[in-house]
Amino acid sequence: MLEIEIDGKPVSVPQGSTIMDAAGKVGVYVPHFCYHKKLSIAANCRMCLVEVEKAPKPLPACATPVAAGMKVKTHSQLAVQAQKAVMEFLLINHPLDCPICDQGGECQLQDLSVGYGGVESRFEEEKRVVSNKNLGSLISTDMTRCIHCTRCVRFGQEIAGIMELGMGGRGEHSEIMPFVSRTVDSELSGNMIDLCPVGALTSKPFRYSARNWELSRRRSVSPHCSLGTNISIQVRNNRVMRVLPVENEEINECWISDKDRFSYEALNSAERLTKPMIRQGGEWREVDWKVALEYVARGLKDIVSAKGAAAIGALATPHSTLEELHLLQKLMRGIGSENIDFRLRRSDFRVKSEGAPWLGMKISEVSQLDRLLVVGSHLRNDHPLLANRIRQAAKKGLEVSFINPSEDANRISAKHIAAASPDRIAQTLGGVLSALENTSDSKGVAADIAKSLASGKNVGILLGNLATNHPDASAIHVLASKIAARLGAKFGFTGEAANSVGGYLANALPGKSGLDAASMLKDPRHAYLLWNAEVELDCNDPQAALAAMEKAEMVVAFTSFSHKACEYADVMLPIAPFTETSGTFVNAEGRAQSFAGAVSPLQDTRPGWKVLRVLGNMMGVAGFDYEDSKQVLDEIDLSSSRLGNAPDGDCAAAEPVHGLQRVSHVPIYSADSLVRRAPSLQNAALAAAPAAAMNAKLLAKLGIEDGSPVLVRQGEGEVSIHARLDEGLSDDCVAIAAGHSMTSNLGPMFGQIIVERL
Amino acid sequence: MEQILLKGLDGDRTWRLADYEKRGGYAALRKIFDEKMTPEQVIDEVKKSALRGRGGAGFPTGLKWSFMPKNYTGAKYLVCNTDEGEPGTFKDRDIMRYNPHMLIEGMIIAAYAMGIPVGYNYIHGEIWEVYERAEEAIDEARAAGYLGNNILGSGFSFQLHNHHGYGAYICGEETALLESIEGKKGQPRFKPPFPASFGLYGKPTTINNTETFASVPWIILNGGEKYQALGKPNNGGTKIFSVSGHVNRPGNYEVSLGTPFAKLLEMAGGMRGGRKLKACIPGGSSMPVLTGEVMMELDMDYDSIAKAGSYLGSGAVIIMDETVCMVKALQRLAYFYYEESCGQCTPCREGTGWMHRMIDRIESGKGRNEDLDLLLNLSDNIQGRTICALGDAAAMPVRSFVKTFRDEFQYHIDHMKCMVPASS
Repeated sequence: MLEIEIDGKPVSVPQGSTIMDAAGKVGVYVPHFCYHKKLSIAANCRMCLVEVEKAPKPLPACATPVAAGMKVKTHSQLAVQAQKAVMEFLLINHPLDCPICDQGGECQLQDLSVGYGGVESRFEEEKRVVSNKNLGSLISTDMTRCIHCTRCVRFGQEIAGIMELGMGGRGEHSEIMPFVSRTVDSELSGNMIDLCPVGALTSKPFRYSARNWELSRRRSVSPHCSLGTNISIQVRNNRVMRVLPVENEEINECWISDKDRFSYEALNSAERLTKPMIRQGGEWREVDWKVALEYVARGLKDIVSAKGAAAIGALATPHSTLEELHLLQKLMRGIGSENIDFRLRRSDFRVKSEGAPWLGMKISEVSQLDRLLVVGSHLRNDHPLLANRIRQAAKKGLEVSFINPSEDANRISAKHIAAASPDRIAQTLGGVLSALENTSDSKGVAADIAKSLASGKNVGILLGNLATNHPDASAIHVLASKIAARLGAKFGFTGEAANSVGGYLANALPGKSGLDAASMLKDPRHAYLLWNAEVELDCNDPQAALAAMEKAEMVVAFTSFSHKACEYADVMLPIAPFTETSGTFVNAEGRAQSFAGAVSPLQDTRPGWKVLRVLGNMMGVAGFDYEDSKQVLDEIDLSSSRLGNAPDGDCAAAEPVHGLQRVSHVPIYSADSLVRRAPSLQNAALAAAPAAAMNAKLLAKLGIEDGSPVLVRQGEGEVSIHARLDEGLSDDCVAIAAGHSMTSNLGPMFGQIIVERL
Repeated sequence: MEQILLKGLDGDRTWRLADYEKRGGYAALRKIFDEKMTPEQVIDEVKKSALRGRGGAGFPTGLKWSFMPKNYTGAKYLVCNTDEGEPGTFKDRDIMRYNPHMLIEGMIIAAYAMGIPVGYNYIHGEIWEVYERAEEAIDEARAAGYLGNNILGSGFSFQLHNHHGYGAYICGEETALLESIEGKKGQPRFKPPFPASFGLYGKPTTINNTETFASVPWIILNGGEKYQALGKPNNGGTKIFSVSGHVNRPGNYEVSLGTPFAKLLEMAGGMRGGRKLKACIPGGSSMPVLTGEVMMELDMDYDSIAKAGSYLGSGAVIIMDETVCMVKALQRLAYFYYEESCGQCTPCREGTGWMHRMIDRIESGKGRNEDLDLLLNLSDNIQGRTICALGDAAAMPVRSFVKTFRDEFQYHIDHMKCMVPASS
């Protein structure tokens, strides 16, 4: 430790610390723009110049390493003169357009200019004008305001893992720009808006819609991926205007993904269902809640008495709140049915976990791992910020290996990638296991992975969405857990959605006599309760799901949006999205985070838990007299002892498929009902139309060219989409996105498929 | 007067290996191997010579070489800075054009002294024919066994590569030069860490100027003390001065350090048209300007010029006679630094443009009374506040021109025209 003095305050800091670190430790603020604790040091803005005793000139606090006995003055005459001089230079070419700038009121330059700027400018020359850039649908530019701090550039290179912005030109002609005719397409791009200390990069969807001081800030939790990202919902006149990150080092650090940030657009979408609706004589009719719920209660009672309670099934999405999932299963069990499930994209339910499948470690512990095997996960698409955590850990020595259908390393510097077609993932895992068991020299990528894992002290194995939704998920689960046991490794599931763990804790699962999500569709029920579910997009097999809905006597869609259910449902009930209800999400690490409603429900929309409370009472089920959602929550056992990943049985790997097989993931902006309806996300590059991706060898074999139209047939359905070259895929794989309306005519996410030239 | 670098270059095709060998080339390298000089002995000899960096900063070369970590076993690099971009300077170009093997020999010796296996010679992008000639020279040296593996059977190996830039002044800044070799945009790095510990590709690296390396063979052959004695204490050896401007015979002149300026001026044929020496920039455009009167009393060595308030720099002597408008001269210099700022850090990116526009304004008769003090203040706000020395280089001429010739600037402001008839 080095003893130094900052503004007369003694502080002791470890070797290698900077003056900025030391100042932070004693609570001394040094003005800065380019410095950011999560980014590399650029030392280019020069705003943090401070006086160091015995140094001939002021030094930048962000980049100057401390030396023993150093005496630093951050507010001396010399320091302040230097800081003011830098501020003057920054302001000469910065437009004085704060009144029309979206950053106004939350601008670092504006704030610091109050302390360090002059009242009048000494600059009499013409100001620089810089042309704006098209960065895509999410980031708006006013490049004349740029102060060249390069935070956005460094964010791309260091955090997002891809350089999409750079500083071109020289001197005064320097400009931040994307590559020629490219946009910024990273799934984390919105963070550049937060990082930009001026109004050069602002939010395109939010632009000119509100001033930051008009907004109320409500803390909440992101309803999308399983991370439980902390967010601030910013509201004006009972309308969500934007979403910003709330820093939580243990979860999302200071970042949020673009879907966390921009999905709020869907909340104000014209597709919102705002009145209870009943179909009568083929026509949809708006009714009041009492009529609608009485209709549902009577219908369900009739089916119970005619066909038995088992004729009713409930399907919920894992984006629903813990309270909703709990009450839904309580209602189902109350009327005597065990048919409830929230694992809509799963297809293999043979082996179960001993508890609620979870990450197997704290999110923050991922950063401490020294070896990691990720199986079946498009990490960057499914868990953008978990991917970032792994990306950063990989820079500090974590060896990451992947077993995936594609060679895509998710912008992580990976040690080994085993690209295996879906039917060979279990086999590859088996290869890793046998390489660990045998002392003999086995070769190949499985052996390499085994060797990497065996050399670690703090090893993790994670199963991703693809592994969970895989038709042989049980075998993958069993093998991965054997490998983990052998290595003493932490073992877990990334979890698909905000309440993938919560659904288990709420017991929104079939009981002994009940049917799981796949069985409920394969063996159609007479009535379905759909909780947030758009079955053709949220289920593993959209064909089976739609067929079951069409066959059913009664379908009740509890939904925030009017969607395809209007073709097969009998009742549509407007339940509140996460911003309009109180609720709880349990994230991948088992952390329950409750939130309050940020705005009141839109028109006749009602919080889901209240709807279920009324319905429970109408159905005569006991124990539905809640006064608030907290009482619902209190009924759920959230103790960590209920988490557990060990498989409850054994399961051999299935034989490989013959012929072409489909592999699919759910594209990032198709994953749930909110992102699907956020126009800016839908206009982003990552929301490109699904294609049939194949490697060059397969394209040649089928006589198809990259970009040409193809007919894809699976089960009963077919779709015509375009072929796309993806060199990372295995020879017999066709990657076709699921969860998208363009591919919802197809069958299950995995399995045999036919591709024909059109 | 003894010459080292430009000696014997009046013959035909002096850049060829045969000519260099005829002039005693590669004898220093042979001496090291024949006499089994240790690396420490080589560095000692260079230290004794009082050779100082010829690129501009004048840092003692032997001392710099001793910073290279001796027991470091990983990759380390030797880099020659032939990115000669300082206005007024054209000495390295002539060394490379007429005497490239002297540089190559100097680099091999330096590599041997520091145990470095790989070197790069970064050549300014605007002198393409020099790059091509340097490529030929390396080929010749390699074919003759002076470069490559097991040099002259000594067991020592050294690979040398030429790398040409694209003409950016900033790439002469050593860390920007390293970035450029690495294939990145030429922008200076923040120091520390210094190249000696974190240089090319993050490895320990020693960077010297062309003239510096080229001086080394003579030092090894004749001894450091003898080299030092050619100049003055702490200012060893000879130095090439690039004399330009209003003299009768502009060109490169190699003289002993400490030679009186008057003598150098005489060698360059004296003032053109017998006019009066008004001002001189003694060390390249970024150094402070001195008046003719001061210059005529000076000796040309690091310490004497520093005492007079300027710097020897790269040895570019820019001569200005009485017909020169100092406002116009500064206008041109300020434009250069405005164009060549890399744009990375604030004071230089913004300040060079501001100063350039103000001086433009003054020159075109739109100056304001407060402009001169503002220019001086801006110089102070740039100098010492930037990542690299380009900020200083832009500020120093402005400050010295305005301070030394303030009356001329004031005249421009007051009368909206130039006080020097010939240039108005």
